[in-house]
Amino acid sequence: MTLKIHQDHSRFKQIVRGKIKANLRKYVQKGEMLGKKGKDAISIPIPFIDIPRFKYGHKEQGGVGQGEGEVGQQLGPGAVEPGDGHQAGQGEGDHALEVDVTLEELAQILGEELQLPRIERRQNERIVTQKVKYTGVNTTGPESLRHFKRTFKQALKRQIATGTYDPKMPVIIPTREDRRYRSYKLQELPETNAVIIYMMDVSGSMGDEQKEIVRVESFWLDTWLKHQYKGLESRYIIHDAVAREVDRDTFFHTRESGGTMISSAYKLCRDIIQADYPKSAWNIYPFHFSDGDNWSADDTRQCIDMLRNDILPQVNQFAYGQVESPYGSGQFIKDLREAVGDTTNVALSEIADKDAIYASIKDFLGKGR
Amino acid sequence: MPKSLTPRLAALRDEIHGYAKEFGLDFFDTVFEMVSYDEMNMVAAYGGFPTRYPHWRWGMEYEQLAKGYEYGLSKIYELVINNDPCYAYLMESNPEVDQKLVMAHVYGHCDFFKNNFSFRHTNRRMIDDMANHATRVRRWVDKIGVEKVEDFIDRTLSLENLIDQHAPHIRRNPDPQRAEEESKSNERVEGFKVNREYMRGFINPSEFMDSQRKRAEDEKQQRKRFPERPQRDVLYFLLEHAPLEPWEVDILSILRDEAYYFAPQGQTKIMNEGWASYWHSTIMTRRALRDDEIIDYADHHSGTMGVRPGAINPYKLGIELWRDIEDRWNKGKFGKEWDECDDLRARQAWDKKLGAGREKIFEVRKHYNDITFIDTFLTAEFAQQQKLFVYGFNDKRNSWEILDREFRKVKNKLLTSLTNFGQPIIEVVDGNFENRSELLLAHKHDGQDLKGDYARETLRNLQSLWRRPVNIITRYDGKGSLLRYDGQHHSEKKVEL
Repeated sequence: MTLKIHQDHSRFKQIVRGKIKANLRKYVQKGEMLGKKGKDAISIPIPFIDIPRFKYGHKEQGGVGQGEGEVGQQLGPGAVEPGDGHQAGQGEGDHALEVDVTLEELAQILGEELQLPRIERRQNERIVTQKVKYTGVNTTGPESLRHFKRTFKQALKRQIATGTYDPKMPVIIPTREDRRYRSYKLQELPETNAVIIYMMDVSGSMGDEQKEIVRVESFWLDTWLKHQYKGLESRYIIHDAVAREVDRDTFFHTRESGGTMISSAYKLCRDIIQADYPKSAWNIYPFHFSDGDNWSADDTRQCIDMLRNDILPQVNQFAYGQVESPYGSGQFIKDLREAVGDTTNVALSEIADKDAIYASIKDFLGKGR
Repeated sequence: MPKSLTPRLAALRDEIHGYAKEFGLDFFDTVFEMVSYDEMNMVAAYGGFPTRYPHWRWGMEYEQLAKGYEYGLSKIYELVINNDPCYAYLMESNPEVDQKLVMAHVYGHCDFFKNNFSFRHTNRRMIDDMANHATRVRRWVDKIGVEKVEDFIDRTLSLENLIDQHAPHIRRNPDPQRAEEESKSNERVEGFKVNREYMRGFINPSEFMDSQRKRAEDEKQQRKRFPERPQRDVLYFLLEHAPLEPWEVDILSILRDEAYYFAPQGQTKIMNEGWASYWHSTIMTRRALRDDEIIDYADHHSGTMGVRPGAINPYKLGIELWRDIEDRWNKGKFGKEWDECDDLRARQAWDKKLGAGREKIFEVRKHYNDITFIDTFLTAEFAQQQKLFVYGFNDKRNSWEILDREFRKVKNKLLTSLTNFGQPIIEVVDGNFENRSELLLAHKHDGQDLKGDYARETLRNLQSLWRRPVNIITRYDGKGSLLRYDGQHHSEKKVEL
């Protein structure tokens, strides 16, 4: 019985997964519309998994109810059972089925669909943590780990074997030899640490829509990298003419006016890496988003120098996403392309609008670095 | 795996069994099995059976039940299968008082299964047959591949409600007289009368005779409809006439069997749940309940009886109707004299001390289904007492609201919603529509339009079985409409009805 339903259950999950895959592009664009459920799971509406039938629209149908109330009185939300009249409550109300998906699973689906390679870890999994795993039952151990059921089972076995068990007086007394304890092993878990350093241009030319694109995109970058690395940290830098480090919330909701000095952000990024993330222990991912409108050619030159000399040698991959703004798209990506476009650990992506997020994720993560 | 009862529970079962017999319930042997909540969810996902054919839908059902239980939204108390012997499940973690309640409830259901006429034709070996169905489907899966089989099941399930609810009780064979008339009409083509034999070639030239013969033949073809009369059992029609592979025929017939097996449960939900509730309540309050269990019992009983304004709770409506019938027949509140009495005070004080209530309800449980039950016994007084109303959707306010409390309307709405399961009545009217082997269904429109997107999806599935274009005549906004799917495109055109 157990086995059979699990087959059907996993088949159902497989179908749901297929539906998610088929609609992934849509989900990716919307990103934040996914109702967030707890920390690690989100719920996604899946279109049309129920079986279509010839039936009445429930709204045309109406029905009979029971209870107090005047004619014309509204019935509260949830009072009316959707479904096929008599067979009410079968959950055939709407087309969409809400399913819970863990971010982990979503990342897998994303990876399969975009054919993202697994990230090559630069660090050889040096950091190790230990985890306790209960593996079996032993005859010795601390009392706090005593396995009561197994102990009594053992005692019952012994009593039956020695003929001291009386079914009319089913008293079981475990002796010292009957006692059983849970046993555990210490497992060594290799752990790789990674840090994402997000940088965003918040100067006047970056509008709400641009920031929305950055937010959605970074949600998916986070999700994928979290899937790849257990201990993932994130740092956030915003900049206009000057750069400062902020928390996640501020990062997505700040709007400044004024000019753009990209070099200020790269400077801060470099400092953060030097201070907190030695290359030997960390996988480092700077992601920078801007509309590409830098203050001056001179500043751009500074940026490129810094990238070449300080940042690129330290990081797994440096990624730059240029978001198209109402003022057009700037020069910066072209400059980067010329200067460092051929470098293996640089990923450049132009993001015209929300539709482009899907492809852009591939630009960023497709190198598997 | 299900376990047999603990000695303590076995003793309780014997006790409850005794009370059930004492009250005159008459049931098949009933086997109780203990299951964990997870196993309960599994069995429930399979519709009460330990084994069903493989399909993702059970997995979905299971997921929903398991989640509902985890979040504390729902809990299945009782599960019983119409089979001989009946099988019923008890949840391990339930307290004793709940187990007693469930047992008493189950004996009510088993009595109903055994005695109500709707179940007379059901398969009492369904447990075995379900397992056989599962084996057959699995065999096809091995042979044909899981994708194809599952896909076919998906499409067939879409048509599952297109059976003839009353088929087990009615013989619908073509009558012999009609066949005879048909052969009579097979007369020869004679042409104009010829007096002089040598004139024949001029009066009835052979081309003319040929065309006449052809016309007669065509007319005969036209007359001989296929099917000869509208057929409600669309699944049967497909089995007989759709160009299906042997494995498809097998699976379609399995699904049709199961649909027929479950049909009576749908037709008697209010009666059956009401009957079981009536008996659990009677047995518990009159016999089985210990003093210290009263609060818990009352809590759980009232939980089952709770009503939401926008839904009929079959347990509640059922038990109240049974009690009302018992009370009326105890006091003689029926017949000509009662009907004609319009003195309210006299009606209220009416008591002829007939005491025929118990006998009456036992009789009713034999011969009625939900429709006839409601039609016969739901009185204006009852509807008022139970505060029944009709509700509907108000587009302007975008919400549901109470439309009416008038007895006639309430009763009519209730009966409509029970007719054919509350599902539209759909028949095959032509298997050779427009002489092009297309399938034509007709929806007997009763004031409610079909849900359009569902109808189109269903047509698509139907087409994949029929393999030629399929059509359905229905009505939208009062106008006749022919929906059609030809395998690639949906179309809709206005038709005169």
